[in-house]
Amino acid sequence: MPLKRNKQFISGSQAIAQTIKELQVDVISAYPITPQTHILEELAQFKEDHQADYEYIRAESEFAAASIILGASAAGGRTYSATSSQGVLLMMEVLFNASGLRLPLVMTVANRALSAPINIFNDHSDAMAMRDSGWLMFFAENHQEAIDLHIIAYKIAESLELPVAINVDGFIITHAYQEAFIPNRKIIESYLPKYKPIPNSYLDSNRPVSLGGYYDSVHYQKTRQELSKDIQKSQKKVSQEFKAWQKIWPTKKALKSTYDDGLIEYCGPKKPKAILIALGSLCGTIKEAIKSETNVGIIKIRSFRPFPKDSLNKIIPINCQLYILEKTIAIGSFGPLYQEVISSLNHFKGKATNYILGLGGQDINEADILNIIKANRS
Amino acid sequence: MISAKKMPITKRPLTKAGSAQENKTGSWRKEHPVVDKNKCISCSLCAKLCPDNCIYMRETKKGHLIAEPNLDYCKGCGICAEECPVKAIRMVKD
Repeated sequence: MPLKRNKQFISGSQAIAQTIKELQVDVISAYPITPQTHILEELAQFKEDHQADYEYIRAESEFAAASIILGASAAGGRTYSATSSQGVLLMMEVLFNASGLRLPLVMTVANRALSAPINIFNDHSDAMAMRDSGWLMFFAENHQEAIDLHIIAYKIAESLELPVAINVDGFIITHAYQEAFIPNRKIIESYLPKYKPIPNSYLDSNRPVSLGGYYDSVHYQKTRQELSKDIQKSQKKVSQEFKAWQKIWPTKKALKSTYDDGLIEYCGPKKPKAILIALGSLCGTIKEAIKSETNVGIIKIRSFRPFPKDSLNKIIPINCQLYILEKTIAIGSFGPLYQEVISSLNHFKGKATNYILGLGGQDINEADILNIIKANRS
Repeated sequence: MISAKKMPITKRPLTKAGSAQENKTGSWRKEHPVVDKNKCISCSLCAKLCPDNCIYMRETKKGHLIAEPNLDYCKGCGICAEECPVKAIRMVKD
């Protein structure tokens, strides 16, 4: 039966807010920061207009907002928050606690550069600051993917008891308008039922438990290692859930993908001479740039945590030129994506080059991408 | 309180509730508060400010509320003595 779908021409923030409205969230708390503010404004408006029945709790800082949703989740609720840049840094203590307590928080990170010097535009520095916090991290390429990833995120978070952050590029996704399809509550409910926490695993005054007590070194190391292992193992679940949702809500792609398992998407020839690897909205630009290139492919890393080690080994040929493009500067070191890719490849004998570009919202256009490919070819 | 056997299958770091009752921490302190019952005006400021939440306002036979520190948990920080508006609490060496 063909799906009846309403196409909307919508900004990324509106798309995310409307998706959250349909998700039957219990508690929302967040603190406004550019470029995430529009998401909050929309959600507050829905509440004001009696279109939504979630609790909308205003917080005095990002630290408070994160603490409020951590508490709400510990009490057995489905929660949502959104932040950006300095807000992620202020939340950091709570982020580590959320993953350690295995609470299924879901948060949008509208990626923005970090201070100093102060800058409000897009790069991935804030996301990479939280990469070791034990959160699963997905990167959306466009509006539709942002919508899909938010729905999938709740399913994964609640079944694996792990928090999930969905990264959307600030301004490029949050403020720009694109066409998108937002599923209604009924369709979402068929995939993601209302949240029911595991009995006796949450804070309830009728059945009291303590959450997050003191662990000595033996138990602490075991617990932290288990968390790390669970995140590595979650690759399979992420892939499964992505495919399951794609069946319910199929999306049209600008460039047909050769391989897509949810964790990564590969577009290009079967035996490429060169592959570009990138995160987020940059992949859209690359896809457009390499349309006429016959032996260049692109890998979009959709899931940065769990890092798709197996998928990359499957797709990347042994002798191939890799260009790893990223919008993060790891001060005094290589880019985080480069480090991850290189340490993940088992038998790779080709050449890999790291490009740090687009910091603080610096525009990356198709000519820049073609220049990278051409410079290495000659 | 749920027994260890009835603990749910979850990855969360859960412990049984109320374990602080078995783990008394009052021995950490060097000083303890002593309340002068005749001076206490039942304002309960000490109970609200105690960081260990260990001061109870107990009702006397006459119907007055009197501050009563629980020395099983009091760490002797002295905030209650410092903040008492009528100086009814003084700190005494253990």
